[in-house]
Amino acid sequence: MADVILDTPVVAEPAKPAVSIRKMAHNPAVMFGGAVILIVLLMALLAPWLGTVDPTAINPIARNKVPGTEISVRTDTGERIKMVARFGTDSLGRDVYSRVVYGARVSLLVGVSVALISVACGMFIGVLAGFFRILDAIIMRIMDGLMAIPAILLAIAMVSLFRSSVWTVIIAITVPQVPGVVRLVRSIVLSVREEPYVEAAVTLGTSTPKLLWRHVLPNTIAPMIVQGTFICASAILVEAILSFLGIGVPPEVPTWGNIMAEGRQVFSLFPHNIIYPGIFLAMTILAVNVLGDGLRDILDPKMAKRV
Amino acid sequence: MSAPVLEVANLSVAIKGSGDRPHAVRGINLAVGANEIVCVVGESGSGKSVTAQAVMGLLPKAAMAVETGSIRLEGEELTTKSDADLRAIRGTRMAMVFQEPMTALNPVERVGDQIGEVLEIHTDLDPRERRQRVLEIMRAVHLPDPEQMIDAYPHQLSGGQRQRIMIAAALVLDPALLIADEPTTALDVTTQAQILKLVREMQGRKKTGVLFITHDFGVVSEIADRVVVMQLGRIVEQGPAEEVLRNPREDYTRMLLASVPSMTPPKRVPVTGQVVLQTEKLFKTYGKRSLFQPRARIVNAVNDVSLLVRRGETLGIVGESGSGKSTVARCIARLVPPSSGAIKIDGSDIAGMTEAAFRPVRQRVQFIFQDPYRSLNPRRTVGEAIIEGPMNFGLSRGEALQRARELMSVVHLSPEALDRYPHQFSGGQRQRICIARALAMRPEVLIGDEPVSALDVSVQAQVLKLLDEVRRRFNLAVLFITHDLRVAAQVCDRIAVMQRGVIVEQGTTSDVFAAPQHEYTRALFDAAPGRNREFFAGAAAGA
Repeated sequence: MADVILDTPVVAEPAKPAVSIRKMAHNPAVMFGGAVILIVLLMALLAPWLGTVDPTAINPIARNKVPGTEISVRTDTGERIKMVARFGTDSLGRDVYSRVVYGARVSLLVGVSVALISVACGMFIGVLAGFFRILDAIIMRIMDGLMAIPAILLAIAMVSLFRSSVWTVIIAITVPQVPGVVRLVRSIVLSVREEPYVEAAVTLGTSTPKLLWRHVLPNTIAPMIVQGTFICASAILVEAILSFLGIGVPPEVPTWGNIMAEGRQVFSLFPHNIIYPGIFLAMTILAVNVLGDGLRDILDPKMAKRV
Repeated sequence: MSAPVLEVANLSVAIKGSGDRPHAVRGINLAVGANEIVCVVGESGSGKSVTAQAVMGLLPKAAMAVETGSIRLEGEELTTKSDADLRAIRGTRMAMVFQEPMTALNPVERVGDQIGEVLEIHTDLDPRERRQRVLEIMRAVHLPDPEQMIDAYPHQLSGGQRQRIMIAAALVLDPALLIADEPTTALDVTTQAQILKLVREMQGRKKTGVLFITHDFGVVSEIADRVVVMQLGRIVEQGPAEEVLRNPREDYTRMLLASVPSMTPPKRVPVTGQVVLQTEKLFKTYGKRSLFQPRARIVNAVNDVSLLVRRGETLGIVGESGSGKSTVARCIARLVPPSSGAIKIDGSDIAGMTEAAFRPVRQRVQFIFQDPYRSLNPRRTVGEAIIEGPMNFGLSRGEALQRARELMSVVHLSPEALDRYPHQFSGGQRQRICIARALAMRPEVLIGDEPVSALDVSVQAQVLKLLDEVRRRFNLAVLFITHDLRVAAQVCDRIAVMQRGVIVEQGTTSDVFAAPQHEYTRALFDAAPGRNREFFAGAAAGA
């Protein structure tokens, strides 16, 4: 009887890749979100070659010009050229188009860095909390404490304590995001550690770090990708808020937030100062969130159904 | 026979999208008469549950649909009925009992209200009359103290009581047809016997027709008037129970019957090898009283367990759920720390060892888990799973792979399977892989925690045979945890019967089966379904 098994064909099914590329290509949410983010990313990377001028160059003659006005600006080499201010100029005569294009750099840098750092920290701490019961009580109480601090308030405090820089902003936004990731990872680890294949690895003498790396951590990756995109979107938004309030990155660096802050006083007369960066900010955040939703549908069907 | 209560003719249910086959069931014909119990028996994937769902009109709409055929309840066609009409019929003229009584009951509603809900929907009785009817039916299913129990929540009842509530809710309106989908599979053997008796009794009360779905031939022999054998969506054979069980016509039925282990243990030579594994006064206690919780509940999961296993011997631990049999196994494999007592492997006590000191012993004690679908990491290939252990103990990748290839032929799988992922294998094949993984450590003690309970009966027989082969070949001491007396009878040299953490009886398998001493052991044997029946008759004719 047992010999029969040798002849039983093993089901000839190709090994399933963890993430189906084809599924992603067929998901409109992923396609739309991904495309918009790609455009914004290219814009940020190629900013100097997109017909921009120095985004910080002040031009007192061309203050508050409406979009489409022809202005003359000084280039890096010192010569004056005439150009059309596509998005108009702000109250210091700076070209809003150039500022918006360069502003994408800060937004993306902050969004992506916060997502990566908070997911990395959160995974590390979450796995420790989920796997080692003694650490759990201590870590989770600290995380509860962190969660009680409002994100923007912490950022304001940190920026006023330390020199204002992009990295201060990134850390200030990251810290309040970590507890959420820790909780998610911990809950996954708590359920995975009961799986027989984890126990089997214990009986095979697999050391704890290897056990976590091989058998536990891979289960958190799909939810982490999803969570990471949502963190990215909210970080871009928080950065814009901080810059708008004037406590974000140094004021000379153009960001979508501080462009809008500049235009605030003259908004009723010259709305272009707020509308253009606002559109870019809204589209980017929408795209990241839509991408996150799409990824969740693909990577984590159970969670998608529940939501 | 009078006109049948249920008549299924030429029924095909199509699976939407790409499945492993286009039809869940194909062209089946069956009938259930009044006052008759028809058992549909088959292995997993045979389509027996789909048949029940199709009759109830409960097929998952996104995945399956009735393609052709008719389902008639008391002569009335059901397949063309609207959802609203079907709703009116369900509960009044046909009702269903599910496998898992805990999840089938709403945990936040009183059980009386859940039975009463049927009356509320289908009758215009006022609340007082409803309560009266609920109490009547609860008395009829022999629930103790119905006046008290009517206001209880499901978690306050035992598994058997919950299943009685389910049966009461199904039968409160005296339907013509009762469908029971593996109603006793999740229950202990003693509870199962009571529920089977109850189904018989209730069915006789109002001449209900019963469609009883099961995978267990023991249950079939206890309860069935007629038997329908299904395989891969088709009916292989049907007929009166006695006839099918005694003289099966089809090879498949014969094969299934031959796979059912016999209750009579074969003759075994007592093993006199060296003692490899020994526990002395092993305790495992859960819960602790402290200053803050002076009245915390303390559970003795394992209570004063002393046992020994010799090289080349299989010791079975038999018991119902909650008896502590798995906890003993997990203590020995150091998956949970014992509270007190000694566990000796080759004479050295591992109970008090630190993890570092225990590590070299780790490879000598290997474990096979119950659920083959969850005991292999789905993200890693079979090869990686098998070489993981040996590589932890210093073997090079090449040597470990060589060992893995050899072991694949020991467990009768092809070495090419090493590059595949677990989801590409069936349950039985996966359990073979798990055995190979355990053997790769060159263990002296092999612990199987219900290693065949999740498998179909024909696969179960093959895996048991394999376990016996490897025990002989590697001269292993095997600790075999099972709830199934038939399996225990076939594979164990000696057995220990556990109840509530205590070993109540221990002895050679033939002695215990021939003359059980303890009353609990006797109760277990009495409850075993089909205990007086041997399923070998047909096999002999077929072989």
